[in-house]
Amino acid sequence: MSGNEGNANDAYWKANVTHIIVSLVIWFVVSYGFGILLVDPLNAIEFGGFKLGFWFAQQGAIYVFLILIAVYAIRMNALDRHHGVDEQ
Amino acid sequence: MDELKLLTYLAVGLSFVLYIGIAVWSKASSTGEFYVAGKGVHPIANGMATAADWMSAASFISMAGLIAFLGYGGSVYLMGWTGGYVLLAMLLAPYLRKYGKFTVPEFIGDRYYSKTARLVAVVCLIFISFTYVAGQMRGVGIVFSRFLEVDLLTGLIIGMGIVFIYAVLGGMKGITYTQVAQYCVLILAYTVPAVFIAMQLTGNPIPQIAFGSQIEGTNTYLLDRLNQIVTDLGFIEYTEGSKSTIDMFAITVALMVGTAGLPHVIVRFFTVPRVRDARSSAGFALLFIALLYTVAPAVGAMARYNLTDTVQTGAVGSPDGNLVYEERPEWMKRWEATGLLAFEDKNGDGRIQYYNDANPEFQEKAAEYGWDGNELTVDRDILVLANPEIAQLPNWVIALVAAGGIAAALSTAAGLLLVISSGISHDLFKGTITPGISEKTELMTGRIAIGVAILVAGYLGYNPPGFVAQVVAFAFGLAASSLFPVILMGIFSKKVNREGAIAGMLSGLVFTMGYIVLYKGVFIEPVIDNVPENWFLGISPEGIGAVGMVLNFIVAFTVSKITREPPEHIQHLVEDIRTPRVTSAAE
Repeated sequence: MSGNEGNANDAYWKANVTHIIVSLVIWFVVSYGFGILLVDPLNAIEFGGFKLGFWFAQQGAIYVFLILIAVYAIRMNALDRHHGVDEQ
Repeated sequence: MDELKLLTYLAVGLSFVLYIGIAVWSKASSTGEFYVAGKGVHPIANGMATAADWMSAASFISMAGLIAFLGYGGSVYLMGWTGGYVLLAMLLAPYLRKYGKFTVPEFIGDRYYSKTARLVAVVCLIFISFTYVAGQMRGVGIVFSRFLEVDLLTGLIIGMGIVFIYAVLGGMKGITYTQVAQYCVLILAYTVPAVFIAMQLTGNPIPQIAFGSQIEGTNTYLLDRLNQIVTDLGFIEYTEGSKSTIDMFAITVALMVGTAGLPHVIVRFFTVPRVRDARSSAGFALLFIALLYTVAPAVGAMARYNLTDTVQTGAVGSPDGNLVYEERPEWMKRWEATGLLAFEDKNGDGRIQYYNDANPEFQEKAAEYGWDGNELTVDRDILVLANPEIAQLPNWVIALVAAGGIAAALSTAAGLLLVISSGISHDLFKGTITPGISEKTELMTGRIAIGVAILVAGYLGYNPPGFVAQVVAFAFGLAASSLFPVILMGIFSKKVNREGAIAGMLSGLVFTMGYIVLYKGVFIEPVIDNVPENWFLGISPEGIGAVGMVLNFIVAFTVSKITREPPEHIQHLVEDIRTPRVTSAAE
């Protein structure tokens, strides 16, 4: 493995890890944050027929998880190509 | 034979014909096909297969009932059993797919250049998968005996026979395509009654929306009304929980991380053609799972409302506010016959009182009303199965639910049996005991292993060891505290070495297992009373895997720091699995 390729791969890996960290922060906030730690204050807010904290714990967190994976999968395909590490 | 029974036989029979047909069509002819379906599964098909693999008899039959009685407290299962897919998609699946071998212990053994590490991983895998599979066979037996009115043993043998045919013949390939079919059956069976009930109760056919809608003909929201009636009866508000915040937190961590660490789930991502398919496939898997998991809490709330509303016909405390036992609906009579629903007229008024008699503050009121204790006990497992009857849906819906319950149990059982057999034939025999065997012999070993595993699972399903009810905590706790951390560190750190990984796995395993055994007792009597005052940091045995996971990380990093770092070729291996493209250096 040449030095250049190593650097390119390092940049790819760094971008990947950054994306993962941002995603996991959101993952944490919607489930552990909104669904558990902040559930009482959020329950003071009405969301249709739901209390908001309760809605996040039983519905909202799951929808956000889905969006997170979809965005990751799409972003990574672009990142693979950008760094020339996509599958040929 | 009555119409319902005929329809049920028809629905279940047709689904079996379908599964066996798929098995014959997809016979495995190489170890690659047997272990990982030749790595040729389309990501959407794999998403469905993963969803069926993942959603067990417990998800299908028990979860909505559990949520109905726990209310907000049931959220740990909803978030815990879905959030793990985010971890899988980003932290494990793509890199393990790039690595491209057959089993989870194989990766651990190679990455940590150690047969010992591989063996420890196999032991964890077999233990996790067997505890899990016993529950599935039990589920098959229950559905058979309730809907087809055969005894438990006959039900079990039929279920085992079906799994035997398609798992032994088709291996992973057969299992994958049957799981796709099973997913379709189970999701249809779950959502159809839910749509009908949502429609009846709120006028909105989409359960996820009906859940937050007004009850038909009133301007009261379903959840507000539910909170009102359950608190009137001495229960806690439906949207409030009884678990402490730290315990909710720990259980959710243990379930999420446990999900991501379950071998039968991870291995599904070995079956897709490319790394990018592993990522998208995790997304499709969660999409298909979410179809059930976002409906389940709606079903739970609606079922709790319907149940309470059926029994509490008038104002709480008024003399004629409760259902007269003799006038109870048909479905209650049917489920009474199974013993899963029971009535005892404690105050002798011929009416059913259903309230929380464990609430000391409510006792005075209850005495005022002339109530003498709760008179109705409902097993939480019957709610989903009884749902179509409660909502007076046509018989074909009930038959469909029976086929769905069986599909859920069989698909999970097959996936588990496959990882057990590949752990035995590939990791134990080919990898350790008899490395020289040919591919043909290995394939035969795999088929024999799966056959034996089915027999053991069937036995465990028929004679469940006393701890079956407690094994969920075990399986998830162990997956979270042993396998997940070492796989993660194996990908994201180049520095964690053989010594660190083995020490980490063992300490996570021993700590978690020890804690659960101490409080719940498995082969021994519990040593300490399983009450919140006695728990470490207020964390229940269900959530202790979260602590075991942290311990595993700490031990692994510390030990790796003070021992020799991994050899150069291992560091290259780690670099290689991080990028999707296959480079010439890796070949």
